[in-house]
Amino acid sequence: MDINSNKYTYIFSIIMVVVVAAMLSYAAISLKPAQDANIELEKKQEILSSINVIVTREEAGEAFDKYIKSSLVIRNGEVVENPTQPAFEIDMATAASLPSAEREVPLFVANVDGKEFYIIPMRGKGLWGPVWGNLSLEKDGNTVYGASFGHKGETPGLGAEISTALFSGQFVGKKIMDQGNFVSIAVIKAKPSTDHEVQGISGGTITSVGVESMLKDCLSPYVDYLKTLGQAAPAAAPVMDTVNVEVSSL
Amino acid sequence: MSTADKSKPKAGLFSKENRKLLSDPFNMQNPVTVQVLGICSSLAITVKLQPAIVMGVSVLAVTAFSNLITSLLRNLIPNRIRIIVQLVVVAALVIVVDQILKAYVYDVSKQLSVFVGLIITNCILMGRYEAFAMGNKVWPSALDGLGNSLGYAWILVVVGIVRELTGSGSIMGLRIIPESWYATEGGFYFNNNMMILPPMALIIVGIIIWIQRSRNTKLIEQA
Repeated sequence: MDINSNKYTYIFSIIMVVVVAAMLSYAAISLKPAQDANIELEKKQEILSSINVIVTREEAGEAFDKYIKSSLVIRNGEVVENPTQPAFEIDMATAASLPSAEREVPLFVANVDGKEFYIIPMRGKGLWGPVWGNLSLEKDGNTVYGASFGHKGETPGLGAEISTALFSGQFVGKKIMDQGNFVSIAVIKAKPSTDHEVQGISGGTITSVGVESMLKDCLSPYVDYLKTLGQAAPAAAPVMDTVNVEVSSL
Repeated sequence: MSTADKSKPKAGLFSKENRKLLSDPFNMQNPVTVQVLGICSSLAITVKLQPAIVMGVSVLAVTAFSNLITSLLRNLIPNRIRIIVQLVVVAALVIVVDQILKAYVYDVSKQLSVFVGLIITNCILMGRYEAFAMGNKVWPSALDGLGNSLGYAWILVVVGIVRELTGSGSIMGLRIIPESWYATEGGFYFNNNMMILPPMALIIVGIIIWIQRSRNTKLIEQA
């Protein structure tokens, strides 16, 4: 048969496409469970690192069940009773693309050594691609207990420094509210002088600004809920079997 | 197989010609330093040694297997769509490699990110199929793919070692420069942050080319 005839070329292409498609589908489907498990564990690992629980990806599943006691879905400051998706499965990239008032966003409630923390996942834009993070608040819904940040492809040595403890450690003890009003935390160039500022990365200005607007944007849907935490015994708070922590001393 | 192949004398598995296919790409025909192919990825993923090694292994698997497959099919591939067929072969293999990395070495696969996918566009690969595998038997083609990807891999590894040692003070994530030397700990030492940036990889590749050409005068172009 003439391998350069049209008929042969068509037959060859069709067979090739079918064989390759079948092979790739098989590879994709058979490896999917292992890949999904990796992604889920990584998400748990990142959530845990914001409450200063540092575990390897392998340990993340177990540690997550140990520390994260419950999760809520928040919409415009109120707990959603029947969310369309469970909190853990909410994709922050999709959620963050909606207007603030329409988002259904997850809130994880952690319990570390009897202390209660609220973890807020965040997602925003850096210089080259998405940046994300988790911010944990103390029981007053105001004071930052810990933060962790990640990025897709910020410049190594510059913007990529947001994922180091040197940067995220600055958030500890900062406050997102000022006299009951939401002010978020600014990422500034100078040395921080108030409780609502941290120092940005020199040479990573666009990434720093991205983190700042991510904080503001992603915290705002929670503000009304967090305010209720500041007052005693919020009605919508989950039932927890924990010791009450003295908030005013923090 | 075709008549053209039959007329050639049968060579041993590791005959002189076949050994040369493996060894030439290390030095005289190195894809990176002599043919200047695959530069993009060698700049991008050599900040640390581990991703450089994984990239080298991935390229090795893809090049060797797709050279082999292209060579197996070489008498069946219609001439007019041969580049498309070569692309499909390499793209399919790259996707399989990417899926395997995502499933079993997730952290490294994140570091390599788009560059695994970009193996497809690595000129070394298409160059080898078009220039070698389309016209040679299966075994020499596999050796040729192996040799070229090893030639690519050793450059990556050398650049990776230099960049990780000078840029981060470690090798394979193990600390080489003691913590106490660092200025932040009261010492005198700073990491060279320039080494983390891609341009320094180009300069290291340039230095390798310099050393190589000063040792092999045959490689120097006539002015």
